[in-house]
Amino acid sequence: MELTERERRMREGEHGEASRIAIEQQIAVGEFFEAERLVPVTNVHMMGDTEVMGEGGSAFVESLLAKGAKFCLPVTTNARCVDFERAAAGWQDPDTVAREAALVANLRKLGAMLVDTCINYQTVYQPHFGEHLAWGDTGTVIWANSVVGARTNYEAGPAAIAAGITGVTPSYGYHLDAQRVGKVRFEVRCALEDYADWGALGGIVGRKTLDYWKVPVLAGVSVALGCDELKHFGAALASYGSCAMFHMVGVTPEAGDEAEAFRGGEPEASRVIDDKALAAFYRTYPEDRAEIDVVVFSGPQLSVLEMRKIAELLRGRRVHADTALVVTTNFANHQMASRLGYVQAIEEAGGKVFCGTCWYIMEPARMAAQFGWKNVLTNSAKLANIIGGYRLYPVLRRTEVCVEAAVAGRLPAEGILR
Amino acid sequence: MRAVLRAPRGFGPDVEGEVLLSRDTFSARYDMDRETGVISRKGHSLEGMSLVGKIVYFPAVQGGVAGGWAFLKLKGRGIAPAGILFVITNPVMIQGLVLAGIPAMHHLSPDPFTVLKTGDRVRMSPSRGVVELLASA
Repeated sequence: MELTERERRMREGEHGEASRIAIEQQIAVGEFFEAERLVPVTNVHMMGDTEVMGEGGSAFVESLLAKGAKFCLPVTTNARCVDFERAAAGWQDPDTVAREAALVANLRKLGAMLVDTCINYQTVYQPHFGEHLAWGDTGTVIWANSVVGARTNYEAGPAAIAAGITGVTPSYGYHLDAQRVGKVRFEVRCALEDYADWGALGGIVGRKTLDYWKVPVLAGVSVALGCDELKHFGAALASYGSCAMFHMVGVTPEAGDEAEAFRGGEPEASRVIDDKALAAFYRTYPEDRAEIDVVVFSGPQLSVLEMRKIAELLRGRRVHADTALVVTTNFANHQMASRLGYVQAIEEAGGKVFCGTCWYIMEPARMAAQFGWKNVLTNSAKLANIIGGYRLYPVLRRTEVCVEAAVAGRLPAEGILR
Repeated sequence: MRAVLRAPRGFGPDVEGEVLLSRDTFSARYDMDRETGVISRKGHSLEGMSLVGKIVYFPAVQGGVAGGWAFLKLKGRGIAPAGILFVITNPVMIQGLVLAGIPAMHHLSPDPFTVLKTGDRVRMSPSRGVVELLASA
């Protein structure tokens, strides 16, 4: 691998032991994927929570600090396991809270900006076309590559920390033009009317693609869509398919038409996604009974617009006594939504709004045991995918159906699949 | 000793061990108990089997960022695999294996199932891009 003078010095230890360790790791990963060089990045977004890091990760951060590690550019943090302000309300395990607090203190010493959000691209930092980044959370990566045309691979915790210390990342995968070529084609012929539908579409494409290195191309999307629709679609696609990029013809910047999306080549395969396919996807999450224990709006954290939608559906109503309703968002949106009265409307209806966290890393299995929850209703396909692994029963429905079920304490009558 | 699998240059030093072949893909979060290094997902072709000390083959990987830290935890507890072989892997898996110092190779050919069986003793040499059969099970 070709190194600059600065990088060579770093590798030789002139910038300290922590920088040497960081760049050695980056070179090893880069050489594995046949990167020819390291590329400077402007922004790092890291996963720094105890659920994913475990004791090994926390100890690694401590050892880097002891060796003098310090971030050299803005490094923001993803959603974490604990909402420290609201943990006291009996929702979270005190041991988890203490572990998370210790990790937060160490990340602050490294120089991390503790924004604790998985929607950094909606609230903290909007990269430009072609900008090289080192982002961690899969939903943020797929957004950056696809919607903006910025360039990043999945940078898991250790890789993002390394990039924060060195200011560079290995140039392979989605940093290179050749990797960004569309590979498989999906023709969209289904009605898409809610965030849940967009998530389901992402889930379908993800299940069919299942490959980090394959870029799916969506053709035939003709409805008007906003950034929250793209957010749910991308987050689900990354979660179900491990995909890091998609093209949506006429929507995303590297896909003005199909020829551009495939860079003049032919797709390996082409599939149609119709209403039947969408309905079949919803049916992959059957409820075990009609009663709903908890309704969750999370994964990714909610934008102000999403919070407005929930607030308006709930205004003047009351969540059923046997059902909980949970919303997670970030600090910026919480403040904005408070100014606009949305947080109050949700809370007055009996809902709970958590900040800086995402429900699936708040130890949902422990929470379910504590509160006796089984059926989890959500409008997030990503969330449904993840919590199925926690012995809970995720049920996916459109936003309005979720709110109606929260008020009624049970799913509406048969026939309303979405 | 016979080179039975070839691959591009991989990561880490040469290691020897028993090989464990999986038909199914690998996710550090969903397939493995990160406390024990045992494949825990129901229906996985290695369900109930321990990766500890083995040279493990997976055709491909799934999942997000949990793979980045999972191997360091196993290494710290002395229950890591000796090495991992893939056909197709992803950045997160390799970032995690590099962090933990566990040897890794990808783009192996031919299909390991055609030349090896679980229990065979092999040497993986990432620097030379070969996997050699030392003794058949």
